[in-house]
Amino acid sequence: MLGAARRQLGSGPMLGQVLRRLRPAGGDERCERVLPPRQRNIILHVQMTVRDALNSALDEEMSADPSVFLMGEEVGEYQGAYKITKGLLDKYGPDRVLDTPITEAGFTGIGVGAAYHGLRPVVEFMTFNFSMQAIDHIINSAAKSNYMSAGQISVPIVFRGPNGAAAGVGAQHSQCYAAWYAHVPGLKVLTPYSAEDARGLLKAAIRDPDPVIFLENELLYGESFPVSAEVLDSSFCLPIGKAKIEREGKDVTITARWLVMLFRSNALLKGFSSTDANYLSIFLMYFHARFCPQAAEILSKEGINAEVINLRSIRPLDRATIHASVRKTNRLVTVEEGFPQHGVGAEICMSVVEECFEYLDAPVERIAGADVPMPYAANIERMAVPQVIFFVFHHIFLGCFIRW
Amino acid sequence: MAAAALLRRLPAARAPATAFMAARPISDSTATLTIETSIPFTAHLVDPPSRDVTTTPAELMTFFRDMSLMRRMEIAADSLYKAKLIRGFCHLYDGQEAVAVGMEAAITRSDSIITAYRDHCTYLARGGDLVSAFAELMGREGGCSRGKGGSMHFYKKDANFYGGHGIVGAQGQLFEALNISALWKLPAILVCENNHYGMGTAEWRAAKSPAYYKRGDYVPGLKVDGMDVLAVKQACKFAKDHAVANGPIVLEMDTYRYHGHSMSDPGSTYRTRDEISGVRQERDPIERVRKLIYAHDLATAAELKDMEKEIRKDVDAAIAKAKEISMPDTSELFTNVYKKGYGVESFGPDRKEMRATLP
Repeated sequence: MLGAARRQLGSGPMLGQVLRRLRPAGGDERCERVLPPRQRNIILHVQMTVRDALNSALDEEMSADPSVFLMGEEVGEYQGAYKITKGLLDKYGPDRVLDTPITEAGFTGIGVGAAYHGLRPVVEFMTFNFSMQAIDHIINSAAKSNYMSAGQISVPIVFRGPNGAAAGVGAQHSQCYAAWYAHVPGLKVLTPYSAEDARGLLKAAIRDPDPVIFLENELLYGESFPVSAEVLDSSFCLPIGKAKIEREGKDVTITARWLVMLFRSNALLKGFSSTDANYLSIFLMYFHARFCPQAAEILSKEGINAEVINLRSIRPLDRATIHASVRKTNRLVTVEEGFPQHGVGAEICMSVVEECFEYLDAPVERIAGADVPMPYAANIERMAVPQVIFFVFHHIFLGCFIRW
Repeated sequence: MAAAALLRRLPAARAPATAFMAARPISDSTATLTIETSIPFTAHLVDPPSRDVTTTPAELMTFFRDMSLMRRMEIAADSLYKAKLIRGFCHLYDGQEAVAVGMEAAITRSDSIITAYRDHCTYLARGGDLVSAFAELMGREGGCSRGKGGSMHFYKKDANFYGGHGIVGAQGQLFEALNISALWKLPAILVCENNHYGMGTAEWRAAKSPAYYKRGDYVPGLKVDGMDVLAVKQACKFAKDHAVANGPIVLEMDTYRYHGHSMSDPGSTYRTRDEISGVRQERDPIERVRKLIYAHDLATAAELKDMEKEIRKDVDAAIAKAKEISMPDTSELFTNVYKKGYGVESFGPDRKEMRATLP
């Protein structure tokens, strides 16, 4: 397969020239390209699932750049374990969509080697739990190479797949690896939430010259989101390292990254009277971005105006947006799904303490998964992931406002 | 076809013993029977064991009963999953029963077993009971892992069953295990339950050499008809003797799973329905033993049917009982994180309210 690709692209000094012709320099510039004004005025909102967003992004990037190829278990003939790569084998053939044996260390190694030679692999882990079989290659062969070689060897590879908890899959299939990967310099770590995020960030990841960990979530694949014409355009791309303010607010900042099991908590909140001038920034991490708008709605009924920030990028973290929000709202809650100790929320808290401590009117509140391996039984599994009821009540009301 | 060949080798069948049906009980005799395996063993770096397996009528009846129980349990689990009483992943073992049952017949409970996620029947073979199996599948506190493990994480330490694991593949790790067990002459038997498909990928698409029994290279191996419980028993007995004396040995069990990889896989996009029904017709492990039972006049069709009805009732009763068991207490969220927690505090997502000290 690689031989065929090389024959297409040439080899030796020609390869670099050909690649440069195919992918113009300054990928980031393309991501910040803004459509001309008249196109921006066309508000066409189509519903798109995250699954379709990912599939279309892969399709378009493979079409635009013949050095992009896919590799992973069941990505080809099976159409993808979660159907993300559906139809791509038929369209691009077995040289560009490779079904691998069940051998993560092996195919990650091959992917990194291909990236060393200038190809752009997109390696799928059926879940990121299986990436632990390959983590030495991800860290030591991919993340550190550009540094160790003083810039000679860059690794334009994307590792993508579902991360974090699904429903009832037990301890070995539910871990969130965001904190682990975001800990490592040399990696970029993205956490899309909506269909727009999925499309824009995956395209950005594929075009990026560095190794990118692209953390999806199984429970979001079937969720539909409205997307505009701009998002549907094949040149659409989101910048890496920029968070999105999903909901503007003034009372509290909530940072979010992923999906957290949310239950409506109206019943519990009935006992509370609204507090005035309560501002809250809730940073929701990961999929919990879905909770945040729900939580924000609940809070707004109580007179608390929450600003919800969808982080999108864990590494690099958009500290500027986070700090600006906290300066505006003076209260911060971070929400994430993974284990709490040394988690992403801990980093955000420290960053805020370093840069805008004097703006805080209350201590930073942190909501994360339970500090235990994921149990299987439904009732305790529910207790192991954040619930909106918890963080709205205890962390926001009590933590951010009533005590302070 | 293999069973037919076997039957041809036996003395001409006697007339159906209808005269004896009412009077003769199902045989529980311990008289020795010698039965030939379906096919000879294929060996790598070792002389294969004989095709003639010694067994007893009592043992054959036990094989029939145990495998039928496993079959019924897995089919019931299918229904429970569709009824959403089982959540997450559920990997069923029906078709592969002969491997679990034959293996247990050759080893003891002080021999340890560890396996992957297709573990329900291994648990049962190790002495696990139906109620705790179903309770675990449904996430109840009466489960073998108290509801905290789920389908892929059944354990039974007192029977030296070390689980039930979800992460597989790791071909490099297999070679590391082979090397070190050979170097240090460890009494390890590496059993490959070769059901010919890794999820949706056929073995010829995933392995340069699907002759897994040879994969050990310097480690001897045996290829076994995994649908023939007597062959499995013979191979495991041979392997145990070999491992204890000489170090590791690989056993490749040529078996088949009727269900897809898991409940979310129909199992028919990468295999034909003809292939599946073909194996069921020709090689089903339970049918093979049934034919042996008839051939040796150990029980009648009616008696076996009664036994199956009994098994069905037992399984239904176990499910009913398991449904009555409550879910784990919420305090179980924090139990068993450590064996010795040093009084460390552990937090739930709501750090203010949900916290516990780990003893």
